[in-house]
Amino acid sequence: MENCEACGTPEQAEKLKAVIEESKSTPGCLMHILQEAQGIYGFLPMSVQKTIAEGLGISLSEVYGVVTFYSQFSLKPKGKHRISVCLGTACYVKGSDKILAEIEKELGIKCGECTEDGLFSIDSCRCVGACGLAPVMMIGDEVYGKLTPESVKGILDKYRKEENV
Amino acid sequence: MQAKMVNLKINNISVSVPEGTTILEAARKAHIEIPTLCYLKDVSCVGSCRMCLVEATGARGLVAACVYPVSEGMEVRTNTEKCRQSRKMTLELILSKHKKKCLSCERNHNCELQKLSLGYSVDEDRFKGEDFVLPIDTSTPYVVRDNDKCINCMRCVAACRKQNVNAIGPIGRGFHVHIGSAFDMPLSESVCVGCGQCIVACPVGALSENSTIENVWKALSDPTKQVVFFTAPSVRATLGEAFDMPVGTNVEGKMVAAIRRLGPDHVFNMDVTADLTIMEEASELINRIKTGKPMPMFTSCCPAWIKFVEQRHPEMIPHLSSCKSPQQMFGALLKSYWCEKNGVDPKNLYVVSVIPCTAKKYECTREEMKDDVDAAITTRELARMIKTAGIKFTELPDEEFDNPFATATGGGAIFGATGGVMEAALRTAAHMMDGSFEVLDFFAVRGTNPIKEATYLVAGNTIRVAVASGLANAETIIKQIESGEKKYDFIEIMACPGGCVNGGGQPTLSDSVRNNTELKESRARALYTSDTKNELRRSSDSPVMDVIYNDYFGFPNSHKAHEILHTTYHADKRI
Repeated sequence: MENCEACGTPEQAEKLKAVIEESKSTPGCLMHILQEAQGIYGFLPMSVQKTIAEGLGISLSEVYGVVTFYSQFSLKPKGKHRISVCLGTACYVKGSDKILAEIEKELGIKCGECTEDGLFSIDSCRCVGACGLAPVMMIGDEVYGKLTPESVKGILDKYRKEENV
Repeated sequence: MQAKMVNLKINNISVSVPEGTTILEAARKAHIEIPTLCYLKDVSCVGSCRMCLVEATGARGLVAACVYPVSEGMEVRTNTEKCRQSRKMTLELILSKHKKKCLSCERNHNCELQKLSLGYSVDEDRFKGEDFVLPIDTSTPYVVRDNDKCINCMRCVAACRKQNVNAIGPIGRGFHVHIGSAFDMPLSESVCVGCGQCIVACPVGALSENSTIENVWKALSDPTKQVVFFTAPSVRATLGEAFDMPVGTNVEGKMVAAIRRLGPDHVFNMDVTADLTIMEEASELINRIKTGKPMPMFTSCCPAWIKFVEQRHPEMIPHLSSCKSPQQMFGALLKSYWCEKNGVDPKNLYVVSVIPCTAKKYECTREEMKDDVDAAITTRELARMIKTAGIKFTELPDEEFDNPFATATGGGAIFGATGGVMEAALRTAAHMMDGSFEVLDFFAVRGTNPIKEATYLVAGNTIRVAVASGLANAETIIKQIESGEKKYDFIEIMACPGGCVNGGGQPTLSDSVRNNTELKESRARALYTSDTKNELRRSSDSPVMDVIYNDYFGFPNSHKAHEILHTTYHADKRI
């Protein structure tokens, strides 16, 4: 696992320090701090986990155990636009596995990874509560429903266009 | 105030136990044993493995006896068809992803999972788990972890947490949960200090020491090598357990006889260099008291404690005694003094130390003193060698250690228990400071309390001492010193709770023994008994010390003694 000191800014480090200081006296604050840290950095690299462990006076092993227990925490960087493909029952029977495969093909990365330009990352999830629109994916806070493998490229292009890629 | 008593029936047997007692503990009172896997007295009690499920009135479904408190009028049944079927299923599910390489597993015949599987007539292949192979971690000299044998009982994690080291924990979720260091890094890069408490807590063969037996066999059959064995003070108090002898049996004579039959050239007594350590350490203490050099002074015999300081509290390094441990002193003494005296080339001398400890396997590889000891083997490894060699241990006659390193004092003997180094040091230091000081028993520093304190007045000096065993307790002492809450002059630390008698290299005992025995107390008693029986109790009274100092070192803390018997430490801060 890379030590990601280089990818963090001094502002991010300041923010994280403030979060730790503010919460560290509250019992059971680790989850909250990890959520905030992921909000600041987008993911939880070793350097961030070490800072949290040191700040709370607990071991890195304890922090890592919590991070790997919850699927919402990520050890890998996320893209600017986070794609989340629903693999819940309804979406799955409607062929969301093929949607995921198409996105992976289109972006050249696997589920859980991030594109080299940092624009997109792909994850899978279980149900976003829009089963009537199955198969469904989310990009950021936008929900896209009734997807077909053919419709994927057009949706991604919209984001690429926004970024002039 | 007396606790309220609760009356209940277990398998129709009436028992009366204090309120708050668990069903598991109450059952023992009725002479009934309930099977356990994740539970371990003083270490782990989480109720997760579901082996101890029993039927109890007033409860919905089966309950975990290890965590379920008794109540008035409760009726418990521990051996019904329902209980047996549930336990059998649990075992079969555990076995669905267990590497069943039992024939060559070092816990074969000493494995909780095997014992229960036999008892419940399981089909080990009933369920087939997802096939994935986890890497074996052999990165350290002290602990080998084979996670394919791990049953995720979490006893090792609990043991590590109890030490407040927290090097390992559960990683991931669901079927893929496994135990390891943060970011799955090799144990050698983690905060692990090598105490080995995880190994003696493991119910199966997932954890073991990194064995060096093969190297020792090779040296024993090499005609160009002179092989010397020496045994640490606490090994004689525990080795018998590996041969089904009662806990707390002192087997010094049989141990010497057995090692002699393995074929080394000499069998020596490490109690001798425990005495030597005291000569050096007591002199260092007196010197520090006189010159006001960094006080308090910590003992330095325990390599896991040293590693703990270097990794977590490097600011305390100046407070560590510079004395090597008895193991390293013995190696150094053999390869200098003894080789010179006997005309042996140190290159042809192969030194084997038998120790109750896994951290000592690392200690002898430390850069500062890597030539002193060639192999350090645990009590468990020695037992395995004795069994492999076909030596009928319990039938052996008692034999004596070889001269010139046979005779040691009671002070050396008690090194293996918490408080023992302190007491031995006080006996000698007080006498060095005031020749008329005759007290030999320092009762306040004995016993298995996690932290002990005492104050003594010697030759006009007030000496405030503290003794801690278990690294969590060591941490407490460091914090109290740093905050100024406590002031001490001399502190003994042993990493393992109860000291070396409860070391990570000691025989692994079955749950039914460990959960029902005062292990630390019984083993320590064997050492204190031999101390009281010894005519020589003060290290400075040992005739062997006279010879070593007159022949070679001159006097304690001499230049030569410093060169050979002392060492240095370095900061290695880890998170």
